Amino acid sequence: MKARHKKLILIAVVVMALGAVAALVLNAFRSNLVFFFTPTQVVKGEAPHDRAFRVGGLVEKGSLRREQDGVTAHFRVTDTAQTLSVTYKGVLPDLFKEGKGVVAEGRLNDSGVFIAEQVLAKHDENYMPPEAASALEQAQKAQKTLVSPQGKQ
Amino acid sequence: MIPELGHFALILALLLALTQSILPLAGAARNAPAWMAVARPAAQAQFLFVAIAFGCLAYSFLVNDFSVLNVAQHSFSRLPPIYRFTATWGSHEGSLLLWTFILALWTLAVTLFSRHLPDDMVARVIGVMGLVSCGFLLFMLTTSNPFIRLLPAALDGSDLNPMLQDPGMVVHPPILYMGYVGFSIAFAFAIAALISGKLDASWARWSRPWTTAAWVFMTLGIMMGSWWAYYELGWGGWWFWDPTENASLMPWLVGTALIHSLAVTEKRGSFKAWTVFLAIAAFSLSLLGTFLVRSGVLSSVHSFATDPARGLFILGFLAVVIGGSLLLFAFRASQVGLGGRFALVSRESFLMANNILLLTATASVLLGTLYPLFLDALGLGKISVGAPYFNAVFVPLVTPLLFLIGIGPLARWKQANVPELARRLKWGFAASVVVALLLPLTLGAWKPMVSLGYLLALWIVITVAIGVQARLRTGAGWSANFYGMHLAHFGVAVTVIGITMVSAYETERNVRMNEGDTATLQGYTFLFKGTKNLDGPNYKAARGTLEVSRDGKPVTILYPEKRTYSASGMPFTESAIDYGLTRDLYAALGEPLDGGAWSVRLFHKPFVVWIWIGAVLMALGGLLAITDRRYRIASRKKGTEA
Repeated sequence: MKARHKKLILIAVVVMALGAVAALVLNAFRSNLVFFFTPTQVVKGEAPHDRAFRVGGLVEKGSLRREQDGVTAHFRVTDTAQTLSVTYKGVLPDLFKEGKGVVAEGRLNDSGVFIAEQVLAKHDENYMPPEAASALEQAQKAQKTLVSPQGKQ
Repeated sequence: MIPELGHFALILALLLALTQSILPLAGAARNAPAWMAVARPAAQAQFLFVAIAFGCLAYSFLVNDFSVLNVAQHSFSRLPPIYRFTATWGSHEGSLLLWTFILALWTLAVTLFSRHLPDDMVARVIGVMGLVSCGFLLFMLTTSNPFIRLLPAALDGSDLNPMLQDPGMVVHPPILYMGYVGFSIAFAFAIAALISGKLDASWARWSRPWTTAAWVFMTLGIMMGSWWAYYELGWGGWWFWDPTENASLMPWLVGTALIHSLAVTEKRGSFKAWTVFLAIAAFSLSLLGTFLVRSGVLSSVHSFATDPARGLFILGFLAVVIGGSLLLFAFRASQVGLGGRFALVSRESFLMANNILLLTATASVLLGTLYPLFLDALGLGKISVGAPYFNAVFVPLVTPLLFLIGIGPLARWKQANVPELARRLKWGFAASVVVALLLPLTLGAWKPMVSLGYLLALWIVITVAIGVQARLRTGAGWSANFYGMHLAHFGVAVTVIGITMVSAYETERNVRMNEGDTATLQGYTFLFKGTKNLDGPNYKAARGTLEVSRDGKPVTILYPEKRTYSASGMPFTESAIDYGLTRDLYAALGEPLDGGAWSVRLFHKPFVVWIWIGAVLMALGGLLAITDRRYRIASRKKGTEA
């Protein structure tokens, strides 16, 4: 009887501990997920204003501008349909270039500018971040169905 | 000619691997000694041919044979010879060959150091390892052949990724692979135990040193990867919770659980089925890590070209290995048995808590790593799970784990005496609490996380001291196992201090610097003396000079570089670091701005090297434990019996 009691206590403790851990993990998980949006989605207002998210696309040619302090950069990210203004304070990654793919993580400010906390580096010259590639793909699909009839006019 | 020889050697190795698995496994089942005897020579011959294949590929790289596709894609005529050699494993195909080579090497080691094992056990272990080898050789020959020719040959190669042109490339991949692949031995032992239904203390004693050896390599491999990322990526971070890092962390966590659970199985005969499960899990996660990193599912410096056929093959292979072994486990685990009983408070129960916490931590990493992939694969959107999630989950899970390090080794097996434990530990606990609360005040700002970190680290150090002192007082002799354990635990404390300090007190500045400008950080003054152009063997660089001084006294001169590699045109930041026991000074060049100015990134990283020193101590502790006489005595006894 005593041994059985002990066993029950042990099982109860383990189950309770695992329950607590599961709650902890899932809660942390839910509050820390970072979703990805394309510039088009952000412009349409689908992106959240109260939490961080990722945005990806190409760095628009000729959009990179640096402030006098040398470390604050402004540029626009485009998925070829829409563009989003981004501000980043810090040193940009080696392979950050106009016309190349980029993914930035951060928040929208009140005036609709994306304040990036992180600009993700590519690891290879020929490599396109998958998020950026998918943003371009979505924009191209959307253009084929919506924009191209206008383009023909 | 040489690449064809290599290709041919791979085919022969596959045939030998098939022989090495089928005959001994069948022989063990039918109790046919002649068939079982094939295991050792077949494994040794397989090693020879995999080594020949590896040598052929390395040779093609060294002599710049750009008619080999792999060489043309990952090397360059002006690449220094040492990196031409390391480029052998700088590609998807080459890294698989390295994996297979290391598997063959471990198998060779088993053939040489298993004279004391029963024949059927050896036959099964080597047979299972042969099956794993078959999978990898087939994968290479069908989807990822490193010897494919490029006709007409390229005039020159397109160079190795600049990030991989570093001494870290010489050691990090082979050492980490020694760890990943080393768990295949624990796995093979577990499968052998399931097949034979025989799992006793001597089984645990045989598989323990192998498992610990794999864990030692894994620890060192992860430590080197962390250090490499720290100085190479130019961001000053030592852990990014990048999926590729997680891929190596998961088998390490399970491997850590495994070496603790093996201790129980050997000493007390408990946790038997659980140990077998952990061995399967550790190797499965190693394979999963390979899949994640190598199939191109994850995009990072580690993943190479994406090819769906490869992903499919690995996925199928994973399903066969993991599914098959779990199925075997489900059918045979009851035969292996659970093992002896123990009280609610005993060393066993503490080690069980250790195992549960480590596995929970693994599960939380697995969730954060795989969930985004699943969502993406199902087309439900792209998300990422970053450092905040892992930090939020890991700290509460690791805190009790580290606390248990203090109690577990002092508790008795089977039934611990709670009042006695409390008496031995109360002063140590009180001292750690007081010091942990006060110490951060002397470091500047008091922060709760710093106190927590110091509490855990001090608690471990004090309890290690109590344990060692108690042993010395009883006059017990040298025990490599005992001191190895305490050294490894001490290493954990050192790493915890490093993590605590660098997370709480690191400082960073991004500044625009003209020649003659200064910037100060934590009392250090950095004077920028401009950049000079420099020609490397396969790159051109702008090399900056930063004179660092403190209170007017010179400290060091840092030379960070911005390189442009000629073949790929890839720009690359080479950071400069002044290492120190209590702080690192870290400088990296950003971009050239107008007027000869540069954006410069400066970091002050207190105690960051402690993270890696601690990891080295853990590995040394493991190494020490392997040398324990017990393993050798056991083998000698068995040797004379046989």
